[in-house]
Amino acid sequence: MQNEHIFKQYDAELENVRAKVLEMGSLVEQQIVDALEALVSSDSALANAVIKKDHRVNALEVQVDEDCSHIIARRQPAAGDLRMILMMVKTITDLERIGDEATKIARFAKKICETDRMWSPRFAEIKAMANLTRDMLRMALDAFARSDATKVLDIAHMDEQVDEQFHLTMRQLITFMLEDPRTISMSLEVMFVAKAIERIGDHAKNISEYVVYMVKGKDVRHISMEEMEQEALRP
Amino acid sequence: MVTATTPLKAEARNLNFIYNGGNRAVKNLSMPLYENKITALIGPSGCGKSTFLRCFNRMHDLYPGNKYEGQIVMHPDNTNILDPAVDPIEVRMRISMVFQKPNPFPKSIYENVAYGLRVRDIKNKRLIDEKVEEALKGAAIWNEVKDRLQDLAFNLSGGQQQRLCIARALATDPEIMLFDEPTSALDPIATANIEELMSELSNKLTILVVTHNMQQAARVSDYTAYMYLGELIEYGDTDSIFTHPTRKETEDYITGKFG
Repeated sequence: MQNEHIFKQYDAELENVRAKVLEMGSLVEQQIVDALEALVSSDSALANAVIKKDHRVNALEVQVDEDCSHIIARRQPAAGDLRMILMMVKTITDLERIGDEATKIARFAKKICETDRMWSPRFAEIKAMANLTRDMLRMALDAFARSDATKVLDIAHMDEQVDEQFHLTMRQLITFMLEDPRTISMSLEVMFVAKAIERIGDHAKNISEYVVYMVKGKDVRHISMEEMEQEALRP
Repeated sequence: MVTATTPLKAEARNLNFIYNGGNRAVKNLSMPLYENKITALIGPSGCGKSTFLRCFNRMHDLYPGNKYEGQIVMHPDNTNILDPAVDPIEVRMRISMVFQKPNPFPKSIYENVAYGLRVRDIKNKRLIDEKVEEALKGAAIWNEVKDRLQDLAFNLSGGQQQRLCIARALATDPEIMLFDEPTSALDPIATANIEELMSELSNKLTILVVTHNMQQAARVSDYTAYMYLGELIEYGDTDSIFTHPTRKETEDYITGKFG
């Protein structure tokens, strides 16, 4: 990926799609941040803005998809180029889903703002979890930008932490609900938010796995941590 | 994929080829040819792939001063076909060749195919008839020419002429068939016909094909070898070579970043 193609236009096309994927990534990252901010600070205007912006994420997905199919049709990419194209086609699906999750969080944020609060949940754990998944996404996109296959390990570890936090949050919410049934409806909302965040972590992990495929041609999905470590660190 | 049971049809062992004048066009090349598989040789112009291919039927013997070192061993009989004691005519019966441009003889369609049999001194008219029909069918051209077998071969289209040349090569029941850029002079449809034919032929014989068209190598071959400056840079199953080659040189070549 360092060298240039003899056909310069091909380089320009690849670079153009790559830039769009990264743009889509940073847009989605901002969506997570804003959705969370809307939730924590009960800012329904911000929540609305997040919901409104989702179409931009979707539009980028469609564009990148189209660009990739044009490149496949016209250039018949092979080897590293082919892997990058395949990786980007998959990545944008995950990014789009992350966008959807962010929208979901924004909707809950709105709902929570608008309902009369009997009980105000603490969002500290949720926020910590969201920050972690945002970092995972940022790292995955960074790994893509730098063709760095080693980041997958850190991200996989972070994903384990996110899963653990999700279970802790769930237990905590169950306790609230048991103690006071009036908290049930709010607790369920919060649980959906936690689930959305946990899904974002999964998507970020997927992206980091595609990066390994792009860089090394190795598929590291659905394998154990030990195997992943071997594959990612192998020169 | 190579499995433990895929038998070898031939292998080059430390092959060197030096043209009259000292140019070493093939350097210490070792490579297997698996039975009933298609192996493609790719690489930039002048990398030695055609020279290597031509070693397989002793074509270089036609010009004085050329020198082979190393071996090309054919299985299962373990014959080193480069051995001067081995008759090149015999080698060419076992290993036939199809060239870049269709080169039918200035004879009838029938006689083009019968030629190799006549060289073998086969005189039985019925046997020759049968063989010609079989070869023309094998080359997927029988239906187009069966009613005009006595027409001059030059009256056929380019793609038909190329299939006729394949029929001619098939008539002697070769074990290996060499294709030197067999479709570079053909249009896309004729190319697709030849590729389909190659894949059919590979049920019965082993194929080694030189191609400049990387997509063709990707389409037709089971194994791909990338050569550069007379050396074999990478050899592997075609899926791996085209999705994740291990050598950077191969990657650069097949992605079009050569240099």
